[in-house]
Amino acid sequence: MQTLLRTPLYERHVALGARMVPFAGWEMPVQYEGVIPEHRAVREDCGVFDVSHMGELEVEGPKAHEHLQSLLSNDLDKVEVGGAQYTLLTNETGGIVDDLIVYRLEPCRYLLVVNASNREADFEWIRDREIRGSDTRDASDRYALLAVQGPRSLERLGLDDAPAFTWAMGELDGIECMINRTGYTGEKGVELMVMEEDAPGLWDAVVARGATPAGLGARDTLRLEVCYPLHGNDIGPDTDAISAGLGWTCALDKDFTGVVELRRVKAEGPARKLVAFVMTESGIPRQGMPIVEGGEVTSGSHSPMLDKGIGMGYVDAAYTEPGTNVTIDVRGRERHAEVVKKPIYHHPEEG
Amino acid sequence: MAAAESYPDELRYHSEHDWARVEGDEATLGITWYAQDALGELVHYEPPEDGSDLARGAPYGEVESVKAVSDVIAPLSGTIVAVNTKVVDEPETVNADPYGEGWLVRIKLSTPSEVEELMDAEKYKAFVAEQ
Repeated sequence: MQTLLRTPLYERHVALGARMVPFAGWEMPVQYEGVIPEHRAVREDCGVFDVSHMGELEVEGPKAHEHLQSLLSNDLDKVEVGGAQYTLLTNETGGIVDDLIVYRLEPCRYLLVVNASNREADFEWIRDREIRGSDTRDASDRYALLAVQGPRSLERLGLDDAPAFTWAMGELDGIECMINRTGYTGEKGVELMVMEEDAPGLWDAVVARGATPAGLGARDTLRLEVCYPLHGNDIGPDTDAISAGLGWTCALDKDFTGVVELRRVKAEGPARKLVAFVMTESGIPRQGMPIVEGGEVTSGSHSPMLDKGIGMGYVDAAYTEPGTNVTIDVRGRERHAEVVKKPIYHHPEEG
Repeated sequence: MAAAESYPDELRYHSEHDWARVEGDEATLGITWYAQDALGELVHYEPPEDGSDLARGAPYGEVESVKAVSDVIAPLSGTIVAVNTKVVDEPETVNADPYGEGWLVRIKLSTPSEVEELMDAEKYKAFVAEQ
């Protein structure tokens, strides 16, 4: 039996009464008080997530840019020092090895924050394709990562606003951290990367400033409401970025792994696409449920903000227009849903 | 708001964490505090059809939280005479009051002698303590 890894905040979670579950080889909090109140805290005020299980890879050297530019789908030329970018690590068939955020730390040094479950595969993928003058390191064990998200998150942390997908070194209550203007909730917020030993102090400071501890349960419902794909559910090595609606992350005019196949899918039009849907009848869609018209639910849950079942799934191209009715097979019961434009949930301020 | 842990003495309990309040040849059924706590806040109740038959030990409905779905197991056999539509509309009622307003169905017993096979509150508390 494999031993589960623990983040430096494990003791904090247990002390808060969190329900701990295995996730990608880690023992992580799925909820503290409850998924719904934690979800609401992030949508209405401010929540804090321990996402220290995520992997951190560093790629450094005079040829690091060239190395990554050949492996990542998005155009790395657009990222300056202090900037970040959502991008995909693609395979030869245009499938998605992982989705990640790349940060340019220095002109010749990059940080890649990757999914916990893909950390080793990503590291090997990138290292195996190294070119002379670029060096790949797995730095995951040195860092902890806290996501502080919600409309009041910056106010609570005493931070000024800054453009999304930028980063800067800073300090929070005396603790030095990398302040990243990124997140996975659709809300304003930051992700704070700190040295592992500083994580408990930073967590305490953030909680003392009024952030509600939130678990992986709320993280999943938050990201699903705004249609951020989850690798392993909605995207994976057998699904391509174009069909997944991630064509905007693919610079098809540059050369990178799988680009030929992706250009072909784009030119021909995908046979099936990842759509978002909202249930128009009772029932909660779940991953793996058949879509009767052809396809499968890849993520499904109850939306705390809409108080309805919501989900994403691949359907034939003929069923992708918003307003199209589809039928979900909920354990043998046919329940109707409507395809909607992404994201499913809009923050009221956005109209 | 979740209720505090309790297992009322007047109820009978099934090992799948269901309770029965037996009154004459009818019984009201629901899930225990332990079951609702394990699931978390309920967001969906899929009830059986009125008039349908329940077999002891077999699923008759489903309850779902954000993260999980669970079959509801019949502690006794019988025929549905009422479904709690309040729980259909507001599933979180089960978390707030699992033995009162959060009841799930009412049945007419087909085999009243099955009641003897259920646990009393003391036995069920000991059973829960082992989980």
